Amino acid sequence: MATITLKPFKTPELILECPNISPDVFAGKSPAEIAELEVREGKTRQKLGDFFGVTGSAGKEAAETDILIEGDCSRVKYIGSKMTAGSITINGNADMYVGGWMKGGKIHVKGNVDSFCGIAMEGGDIIVDGNAQNYVGCAYRGDWRGMRGGTIHIHGNAGNDIGTFMLGGTIIIDKNAFIHVSTHAEGGTVVIKGDVQGRVGGQMVKGDIYVLGNVKYMLPGFKEIDRVNKEIAGESASFKHYIGDLGERHPKSKGKEIYANLYVRAS
Amino acid sequence: MAEILIKNGFVIDPSRKINGDVTDIAIKDDKIVEKVGSGAKVIDARGKVVMAGGVDIHAHVAGPKVNVGRLFRPEDKLFKSPDAQENYRMEMGFSVPSTFKTGYDYARMGYAFVMEAAMPPLHSPHVHEEIHDTPIIDEGALPVFGNNWFVMEYLKNNEIENSAAYVAWLLTATKGYGVKLVNPGGTAAWAWGLNCLGINDPVPYYDITPAEIISGLIKTNEYLGLPHSIHIHQNSLGEPGNYTVTLESLKLAEGVKAKNRFGRESVMHSTHIQFHSYGGDSWANFESKAKEVMDYVNTQKNITVDLGCVTLDETTTMTADGPFEHHLNHLNHLKWANVDVELETAAGVVPYVYDKNIKVCGIQWAIGLELGLYAKDPMRTFITTDHPNAGPFIRYPRIVKWLMSRKAREATLATFKYSDKVIDATNLHGIETERTLYEIAQMTRTGPAKALGLSHMYGGLGPGLDANVAVYDLNVKDMPSDPEKIEKALLRASWFIKSGQIVVKDGEITNHGNKRTVWVNAKMKEKTQVTRDIHEKFLKNYTVGIQNYPVRDYLAPNPFVIDVDVEA
Repeated sequence: MATITLKPFKTPELILECPNISPDVFAGKSPAEIAELEVREGKTRQKLGDFFGVTGSAGKEAAETDILIEGDCSRVKYIGSKMTAGSITINGNADMYVGGWMKGGKIHVKGNVDSFCGIAMEGGDIIVDGNAQNYVGCAYRGDWRGMRGGTIHIHGNAGNDIGTFMLGGTIIIDKNAFIHVSTHAEGGTVVIKGDVQGRVGGQMVKGDIYVLGNVKYMLPGFKEIDRVNKEIAGESASFKHYIGDLGERHPKSKGKEIYANLYVRAS
Repeated sequence: MAEILIKNGFVIDPSRKINGDVTDIAIKDDKIVEKVGSGAKVIDARGKVVMAGGVDIHAHVAGPKVNVGRLFRPEDKLFKSPDAQENYRMEMGFSVPSTFKTGYDYARMGYAFVMEAAMPPLHSPHVHEEIHDTPIIDEGALPVFGNNWFVMEYLKNNEIENSAAYVAWLLTATKGYGVKLVNPGGTAAWAWGLNCLGINDPVPYYDITPAEIISGLIKTNEYLGLPHSIHIHQNSLGEPGNYTVTLESLKLAEGVKAKNRFGRESVMHSTHIQFHSYGGDSWANFESKAKEVMDYVNTQKNITVDLGCVTLDETTTMTADGPFEHHLNHLNHLKWANVDVELETAAGVVPYVYDKNIKVCGIQWAIGLELGLYAKDPMRTFITTDHPNAGPFIRYPRIVKWLMSRKAREATLATFKYSDKVIDATNLHGIETERTLYEIAQMTRTGPAKALGLSHMYGGLGPGLDANVAVYDLNVKDMPSDPEKIEKALLRASWFIKSGQIVVKDGEITNHGNKRTVWVNAKMKEKTQVTRDIHEKFLKNYTVGIQNYPVRDYLAPNPFVIDVDVEA
């Protein structure tokens, strides 16, 4: 493995868009070539080297390339966009769209992330040590194809619209979430270890949601059918098992109607 | 005085039966002329094909439902919008491109004219604003009449003269081009959640049938002597087994003669015929009836069709066939937009993915091409995708590739997940026909220009016609063995001269052109009953006042008006 280290030395005046910060783009390039890569600041085209010091070496392939960002990226969007392999570690915060459309590899953000973390992700792992804003693992605006695979693990809190239009993969929020979880989902698993305000599973057709804290306001489209004991994300508990969204369509599989499952810890 | 001489190209001009002869085309100002002076700008077209600018008879490129498609599909723009180029406007979207991308992409393909295929009359100001915003290409728009209350009320009593007076008034009020029917009667029924799937199903609450609406509007159209025939999207679109409805509707044109001074011979243009050539009675035994439909069309000289080829893309369906879009939404469970337009029409919009791993999509793809290959008269069979319903218009060169190369068809067929099942349900695999470039020019230029009554302006390279000339990097004497090169050459013209201005060079836009809006001013003696009916309906039923209804002149600032004096 080879590591490229980016050290931010200049705060962009506008927010910087850097889909080029990705092992797929860096692989096979020298630090000088990487410093020449295009970044966008508003409508202007700049170079990555105008904002980051670039040292170390990249691997031949994405899978052999680790990127270490030594500093704060609160104003840098699209880090790790569409990456397929390798890793990115950010020793600080990151702005919107971290790991968007990601297919593989690993991203570790040691601070907080803004919204749209892991949007339309297809594979790989995202770990955030701090909090996430809204739209974790959601679909792009208007699209019906949300997160399809991979894992997003937020160790802190998350905002609203988690896993919208989710089709697969796993999202784990260690603390609390606000509203709108797995809206329109047709697959995948969302685990919230803390409390959720409400609107959990609205228009959900298929998939699973686990809430280990409380759901303050349950949606009327979910019906409690039984109690189950389950182990999820390293915790065993007894859950109230709801199915829903009863107001949505219910596709059939092997003659049986499919519902989404919502498991809320029985206190 | 701008003069251009396009030298030494292989000229393909079916309007003068020129097939690949090496000759020069001379342009003076905005017209093609016999010859130009020695000071003319010379374009060297040696080894390249020279054709008239393309004419698209049917596409949804401007208006409220197109804009709904843009608004409710932001994902159609994601990663599909090239960066803005200096001096040119940002281009956005794939299946529903922005107005600028629409104009630029048509120009890059060498197209001179496109007909917006369904204009809701009430929203015609919006249609014209968008047409004005679309650079380079000339456009017309067809107002929809097939579910209009006035039309249905006049035609149920067989009042052709009244119907004609109303149509003439509406064409002028909306700056429209001709008479469009979309699911006649069915869309009116949709206001009550119903539909008319057969042409003899009575339209609920109107005491008329789709067959009577179609026949009545054919008579109305020929009474007025409009440049274009009626332009019909038939009932039962997209339903397995609908080809019988298609044949019944086409038969309504039997024995009717075209009456006009524009050289048009057809009395019915049946659009996106691919969607109407389906056999079977469910999606399980869905099959092609392209041969049955085209065999009939081949025998009827007064019918023209366009193909509506499925291009196997992710696209956006949009039509005034409201009940169909509702039906489609129940098949694919994606987004659905639905609009009712008062006394006139309705519309629906649904995204759709023509997936080559789905058997039905593969069969639909094959049907479109079969129709194009079975057609005996390329002057009456035109290439379209019903943009964006069966695919975006930028796929026309790909359809040409498939029609011109069996190798290309077989290569696509081989990529299907269920290619064996598609082969069983269609005839395409056994068809060896390969269209020539001359036939393609008939299907994309000369033919549609004639059907639209625009042969005096478009579709040919004879002196006196508009100076719309496309030069493509294709050598007629040495056509590429790789069919991909045909698509590539036609997608990006080497040169395109529109109305005498060079607007494309080496496949890139060089000029914003001087686009025009072509509309028909049908001048008919006022019928007092119709005038009274119009005023009454605006008082009683419309949500707008009649003074706010017509398209103001400033909304179509570059008009080209075709006057039709109706002889009563």
